[in-house]
Amino acid sequence: MNVEEVRKLFPGLSGTVYGKPLVYLDNAATIQRPACVIEKWNDLSIHHNANLHRAVHKIAAEATEEYESARDTVRAFLNAGSREEIVFTSGATASINLVAFSFGEAFVRPGDEIIVAESEHHSNIVPWQMMCGRKDAVLKVLPVDGDGHLRMDLLESLVTDRTRLLCVAQISNVLGIVNPVKEIVNICHSKGCLVLVDGAQGVVHTGADVRDMGCDFYVFSGHKVYAAPGTGVLYGRREQLDQMPPYMGGGEMIETVKFSGTTYAPLPGKFEAGTQNMAGTPTLKPALELAEALRDKELTDYTDKVRDYVLNALLSDERIRLYGVPRGTFNKIPLFSFTVKGAHHEDLALLLDKMGIAVRSGQMCAEPLMDRYGVTGMLRASFAPYNTLEEAEYFIKSLDRAISMLV
Amino acid sequence: MTKMVKTLKEVQEGIVEDFSMYDEWLDKYEYLIELGKGLAPYPEENKTDDRLIKGCQSRVWLDWKMEEGRLLFSADSDAIITRGIISLLISVYSGRTPEEIAADDFSFLDRIGLKENLSPTRANGLVSMIRTIRRAAESNL
Ligand SMILES: Cc1ncc(COP(=O)(O)O)c(C=O)c1O
Repeated sequence: MNVEEVRKLFPGLSGTVYGKPLVYLDNAATIQRPACVIEKWNDLSIHHNANLHRAVHKIAAEATEEYESARDTVRAFLNAGSREEIVFTSGATASINLVAFSFGEAFVRPGDEIIVAESEHHSNIVPWQMMCGRKDAVLKVLPVDGDGHLRMDLLESLVTDRTRLLCVAQISNVLGIVNPVKEIVNICHSKGCLVLVDGAQGVVHTGADVRDMGCDFYVFSGHKVYAAPGTGVLYGRREQLDQMPPYMGGGEMIETVKFSGTTYAPLPGKFEAGTQNMAGTPTLKPALELAEALRDKELTDYTDKVRDYVLNALLSDERIRLYGVPRGTFNKIPLFSFTVKGAHHEDLALLLDKMGIAVRSGQMCAEPLMDRYGVTGMLRASFAPYNTLEEAEYFIKSLDRAISMLV
Repeated sequence: MTKMVKTLKEVQEGIVEDFSMYDEWLDKYEYLIELGKGLAPYPEENKTDDRLIKGCQSRVWLDWKMEEGRLLFSADSDAIITRGIISLLISVYSGRTPEEIAADDFSFLDRIGLKENLSPTRANGLVSMIRTIRRAAESNL
């Protein structure tokens, strides 16, 4: 597949802003939706709109079939051991909050420790702070170095026999460096500490084999991997999920309900209370199939070319400081956060917007990381497999123009 | 007391006219950047949290004082386009009486397209700046 063929799959890409062709480089915030996902979403809303698991009528059975078949797709995509280990949520944030609550209730005692990386998204920090507050547990931080690499040399000593869980992104939404998750898992497991991997950025770029990674929990959002917004996944090892109490009570998560006491449904229903996203969740199927198809050799080579071009252009520009510089075997995805000497990120983003380029500016939901680097915000350009080399060149040229307007 | 040569409305009309010369948004921004670069210096020691305006992606400090019945505003930001907007606001509202400011509807900002053409967070920042100016006027009526 070549990039022009890929672009045709995404109706939103032909849009214009201020009369200029849209150059969408905010893919890490949310990726554009392909026609196959939009069609699935429409089709379910029109022809299969029925509540799940509840009724015997035909369209309810079809809706349930679509929903449960998406679970099989996700299981295969993640190479999870069984479909019971796949819980549908409304997104990565919801998945993390679920684990923070239910894991906390089941396994965390006063004085226990949770570790998060310094580079985490607020979604992978705040739920743990809240849980540590409730449980009198201690939140510890695994730092990053100046180039944005996790301080692996500190990990051994940071994990103690009181550490219950370490939470880390597969790929940070600011740094774009692929973290050595397998190595982290090995070190943690050797000390009896479990690992949650936030795959919000990883799932679309590198995919995930949870059994190869060895992680205990893996979460991601559908909207960052071509599926409908408001969809998400929690993978958890059955061993843990079985011992964790439900996060929310409601319809469908029960076995029997009496005023004298309620028993819960088996996995994964126990964690899926209430009416689910019945039009959205099944779009994970065409979305993940596409994500897999887009990892083909021709396209990956092209995407690597785009990445290397932007990386070299940014690194060779003395006005620019890039955060998340690849080194050795640490791979980088085409996601670039940087600051420009003498120019505010918001000014740059406003000017680029007027040139038709959508980038992100600000703290990017990672305030501790901004503090780490002593900045109030950054500018981020994040590329998807449908972004062309011409767009990358236009971005670099426009960035140069914006900088010279400002400084 | 300094004599005001132009009325508040006249100054606003002048700005609307200046902006109407530019078709392209980039040119309007170029103009705002120039204004931002020329903004009068703001004392470092006044960059305090109580003068910080909420709702902006960039940081904005806005300060005011009453002198001879007129409100004097000074402000700063770490972003240059925001400084340009501040400069516009100051050229219109600084040195006016609280009565003049309280009676104004700030609609000239809509007429130069500033409100809808700024990013959502920036527009919020503008709204917050306007609110602060209006409050200063109302508390001195
Ligand atoms: C690394 C990372 N974690 C978590 C999230 C939260 O995802 P969502 O807002 O879709 O729940 C994001 C998205 O911004 C992210 O990039």
